[in-house]
Amino acid sequence: MSSKYKKSLLVCNGSSCQKAMNIDLVQHINDKLKEYGLDNEINAILSVCFNKCSIGPNIIVHPDNVEYSTVTKDDIDDIIIEHLLNNRIVDRLVYNEINEISGTSKKQYRIVLRNCGFIDPENIEDYIELKGYDALAKCLTEYTPVETIQEIIKSGLRGRGGGGFSTGLKWEITSKSEADQKYVVCNADEGDPGAFMDRSVLEGDPHSVIEAMAICGYAIGANKGIVYIRAEYPLAIKRLKIAIDQAREYGLIGKKIFGTDFNFEIELKYGAGAFVCGEETALIQSMEGLRGEPTLKPPFPSVSGYLGKPTNVNNVETFANIPAIINKGSEWFSSIGTEKSKGTKVFALAGKINNVGLIEVPMGTTLREVIYDIGGGIVNDKKFKAAQTGGPSGGCLTEKDLDLPIDFDSLSAAGSMMGSGGMIIMDEDDCMVAMARFYLEFTVEESCGKCAPCRIGNKRLHEMLIKLCDDKGTLEDIDLLRNLSVVVKDTSLCGLGQTSPNPILSTMKNFYDEYHAHVVDHKCPSGQCTSFLKYYIDREHCIGCLVCARNCPTNAIFGEKKKLHIINHEICIKCGICMDKCKFDAVYLN
Amino acid sequence: MGIVKTVEDLNKIRNSIKEKNKKLFSKNGNAKLIDIKIGMATCGIASGAKGVMDFLIEELPKRNINAKVKQTGCMGYCYAEPTIAITLPNQNPIVFGYVDLKKADEIIEKFIKKGELVDGIIPINYELAT
Repeated sequence: MSSKYKKSLLVCNGSSCQKAMNIDLVQHINDKLKEYGLDNEINAILSVCFNKCSIGPNIIVHPDNVEYSTVTKDDIDDIIIEHLLNNRIVDRLVYNEINEISGTSKKQYRIVLRNCGFIDPENIEDYIELKGYDALAKCLTEYTPVETIQEIIKSGLRGRGGGGFSTGLKWEITSKSEADQKYVVCNADEGDPGAFMDRSVLEGDPHSVIEAMAICGYAIGANKGIVYIRAEYPLAIKRLKIAIDQAREYGLIGKKIFGTDFNFEIELKYGAGAFVCGEETALIQSMEGLRGEPTLKPPFPSVSGYLGKPTNVNNVETFANIPAIINKGSEWFSSIGTEKSKGTKVFALAGKINNVGLIEVPMGTTLREVIYDIGGGIVNDKKFKAAQTGGPSGGCLTEKDLDLPIDFDSLSAAGSMMGSGGMIIMDEDDCMVAMARFYLEFTVEESCGKCAPCRIGNKRLHEMLIKLCDDKGTLEDIDLLRNLSVVVKDTSLCGLGQTSPNPILSTMKNFYDEYHAHVVDHKCPSGQCTSFLKYYIDREHCIGCLVCARNCPTNAIFGEKKKLHIINHEICIKCGICMDKCKFDAVYLN
Repeated sequence: MGIVKTVEDLNKIRNSIKEKNKKLFSKNGNAKLIDIKIGMATCGIASGAKGVMDFLIEELPKRNINAKVKQTGCMGYCYAEPTIAITLPNQNPIVFGYVDLKKADEIIEKFIKKGELVDGIIPINYELAT
């Protein structure tokens, strides 16, 4: 199985690396190798983008694992002569930007996703091999429940579902609530549009969540765990069920775990996919078989939750951190991240970004690093406009926030929020008013209807945004939009209504000129809102054939044979038939 | 495999798993198994990973290649699904993206049989907390 080629040069296939030299780089290198008589030993091939577009073009020498950046045509000779023939690394082309946290040049650091993509989620042996259930053993045999909680408090872990409340404190409060029965609930009701972090963890590494729930149960004094998962995640449910059965078979959950007096059982409860059920009180209502509506806090679930008993609700990603914290210690965990936000955060990158995907970065990584160094930049090299974090509850970050270190507090200060980790990237072609409309449409659909501000207020907000996008808005609408947003925020019962106007408020703050343009200039600056577009006939191209006029369903096109035709915008319904029918490309949109 | 009653039981089980895998994959063992992992989360399956996995399971024995094909969760490279990671004996794993049946065939013939790299490699862009 020895390769014909001793070495290979991997050339980044990203568009900026490929375009940089205006030549086929792979071909060029292969030609050069031939010149040096190396073509039988070494070859060049294309590789998937390295995500280092800012220092491209990039080439990796395999298997030496040396990475060259900003390579020019002339550098190829140097690389061949120095590196390939004489085994001397061309230092001037090596960029060594060391990540302070992980001590490597990698921007990503995987704690939550440590096993995803490495183990077979349907085989417990794979998990056990990689320190699986060590953390549970350690807690049960070496730590008291109080010490376990202290370890989590010291780690500085904060809830990854969006709230950012200290996980250790939450455990402590639940542990101090006196009751004959307590519950551990895993919130796997992931509902943000474009977010898939929890699903990926459950599908790739279900045992880490099971182990963490058992640890939590031991710490707070609960012997029952419930995973509330949406029925829309069939594969995650299947793998979780297999994992629970296997853990039970091995005695890692069940009775007298590790020979101690600790018993722990886990069951699943399915949600029907209502967004509001991700809110912990609504989630508990839904688990009890009631309508998924939130209740007033206090009492908090940690005091009176599922069936009126103290209940600790944590998100999937929060749980997935726990075994790593116990195994490697709270000091290690708290050394990662920023002052008040420790550890890493998983983001689901989506939108107008080249490398859509699941990433995990230390807290404090900047938006620029996420978008350009990991995400591979904006699709088609367009200009970055905004990133929506926190889904429908969050806000947008703009160009000025690109160098902001991302953590819970910095995002709040910038008018957005961490949320559960959905990150949607928008470019210059995206209209921010339309974006706010999209999120409000989602909220209107998902509002449970219990309280009036959310049920009626969001509906009115949505209507006003539709008006703006349809070129029917007025300046009064903008004022009303802002005022009503504040009212909905201040008076809604739960987190859904308290945050649903955020996309409006943050886009208004950052992109007020776009709102203004929609009502005053009657145009959509990004061109996304089609209501503002009008069809025109180009003087140069129109030959006066009358085809468009004959096909116009509302007779909005006037003109005589062999003379320029004109569209009457009062009558035009913007159906676009004229554009389709014109054989001379004379009809255009503006 | 027995029920885990003590921490020692867990360690014993882990050691026997490690021992077993060492025999399967290491140079000194009898078999030189190739380790193939396929990203089989919802995203991967939707992009056709299941077909690629079936293809590999069916084709590898036919072509006299001794490999262990395993499903895993999401590797994180959603833009390049389906993704597979291959570890040749005593080498570092290599991840390939955009693996359709044609690519899978090319990977078997060129990479697995001859050790030649083929287009579509994804450089590892993260550090693991192990």
